[in-house]
Amino acid sequence: MTETTDALGLAAGRRRTLWWCAGLVLALAAAAVLGIGVGSVPIAPGEVLQVITRHAVGWPARLGWSPAVDAIVWEVRLPRVLLGACVGAGLAVCGVALQAMVRNVLAEPYVLGVNSGASCGAAAAILFGVGLGLGEHALQATAFLGALAASVLVYGVARSGGRLTSLKLLLSGVAVGYALNALTSFLVFASGNAEGSRSVMFWLLGSLSLAGWGTPLAAVVVVVLVVVAALTTLGRRLDALAIGDETADSLGISPDRLRAGLLLLVSLCVGVLVAASGSIGFVGLVVPHLARRCVGARHVRTVPVAALMGALLLVLADLVARTVLQPQELPIGILTALLGAPFLLVLVRRARSGAA
Amino acid sequence: MIRADGVGYSYGGRPALREATLETSPGRVLGLIGPNGSGKTTLLRLLHGGLAPASGTVTVDGADLAALAPRELARSVAVVVQEGEGPSGLSVAEMVLLGRSPHLGALQREGREDRRIAEESLRRVGALGLAARPFAGLSGGERQRVLIARALAQRTEHLLLDEPTNHLDVRFQHEVLGLVRGLGATVVVVLHDLNLAARYCDDVVLLDAGRVVARGTPAEVLVPERLEGVYRIGVRRVELDGQLHLLFSPRGG
Repeated sequence: MTETTDALGLAAGRRRTLWWCAGLVLALAAAAVLGIGVGSVPIAPGEVLQVITRHAVGWPARLGWSPAVDAIVWEVRLPRVLLGACVGAGLAVCGVALQAMVRNVLAEPYVLGVNSGASCGAAAAILFGVGLGLGEHALQATAFLGALAASVLVYGVARSGGRLTSLKLLLSGVAVGYALNALTSFLVFASGNAEGSRSVMFWLLGSLSLAGWGTPLAAVVVVVLVVVAALTTLGRRLDALAIGDETADSLGISPDRLRAGLLLLVSLCVGVLVAASGSIGFVGLVVPHLARRCVGARHVRTVPVAALMGALLLVLADLVARTVLQPQELPIGILTALLGAPFLLVLVRRARSGAA
Repeated sequence: MIRADGVGYSYGGRPALREATLETSPGRVLGLIGPNGSGKTTLLRLLHGGLAPASGTVTVDGADLAALAPRELARSVAVVVQEGEGPSGLSVAEMVLLGRSPHLGALQREGREDRRIAEESLRRVGALGLAARPFAGLSGGERQRVLIARALAQRTEHLLLDEPTNHLDVRFQHEVLGLVRGLGATVVVVLHDLNLAARYCDDVVLLDAGRVVARGTPAEVLVPERLEGVYRIGVRRVELDGQLHLLFSPRGG
């Protein structure tokens, strides 16, 4: 990999990306072990690791801890931390893709109205028992169907009358989002079910408490891995698209086709994430800025770094959300918004000539 | 060789270009000139496939442009356009490396050869020293040179430029066009300034109200009587040190 000369000044960026990736992987591992260890029953990091290796590779063979500890680590906290990491990574890379796609640094996964659709589906399930025939994962399933319906609607409106442009996409996303939020509010209003309304509220604020080994978690893990890999692979095209449609065109990249493909990818990802964890805001908005600041704007670097940062951020946020008001659990969406808003303000203050 | 044959285009029913025919000659600089709204930028867009002609055909080296895959076209025609960039924070070197995209497969990353070509392109436009700088922080003239370097990195036979001297001061206007002329590529350039066209183009095509009204060398086309009719302004032509110059004055002034 060593170049004899580096007249283009590319080596420094490559090195910095490697350092960031290595650092973030270590931090994420540490945060995960910490996140599994902390709770109403504290568990030492060494024990956490042993429980995991025993389940994963069958070592150590002898059970040196109580079955309760085993269940807490393996059945409760590990899936939760895994879900948190995946949701964070997924939201972050969807934010990166959307910001490139609509060329607006304020874009985030939820501007497409996808979360409003999912929330609407979830509200219908919680308040009116819609989708009870879908089995134990009825809530996630209806939320996903809601997300899917919203993104199809947004896509259809943005596509009508010819080309799919950034502006039409943003406007139709915002409009559909408002309409669906109104519908969710109406469902809450019409149900007259105080307990159910509280559950819907909890859902709207986001939570990782539904995590467990099963289909929803598997779907999240697979979709997030696929989306991160796909967006990294599409890196160069995203670079071109982020500059402009004419530039993309002149480099042999069809901007309309790329946007349509990205929209599909992002909608699928956000739909699966919101179905599993509700609406968790600000991750998709803040992390892309942070990643670009650290490793520059080339998407082949920004995407993986943003994924790691998003994962780390959400694992830590969940850790705080679970512990700060013990035994109560703070909805994680409140926490990410509390952290994200001032952070974004600092970024705005520091931003020079739109480079952030 | 890019050839437009009787091409026409209209924006929402309002015709912008009618029956335009032109052909590039290898290694020569062709200037598209004409008043605002005469259709020169529209014609340039038709030539690089940014717009599809409503009538007529455009061929690149004999192949119908409409039938070419975007990547294939980008290996044969490079375009320099100025766009208000989005949140892109690419460095100059990264910007120029993007020019290698049409030559790379979807899963392929740029390699040593691509970096060498990017470096050479930057050197040719005299901007290698800017390589590590953020593109967004460059001045107008520097940006233009970097965008030309990106087009050069595409290693195409044809180079198309849309008003590359826009927003540049006099010195940079000459610097950029001198650079373009020195490349030896087949160039089509949209220009507003007729004196720049006279100095840097081998051939010019004059457009008026969507029609080609004259074509030939600058000396043949830039005739005061013709320009006065097209631009509705007084024009005098002088030769100074063997170079054609046009002087303008308001009609009746």
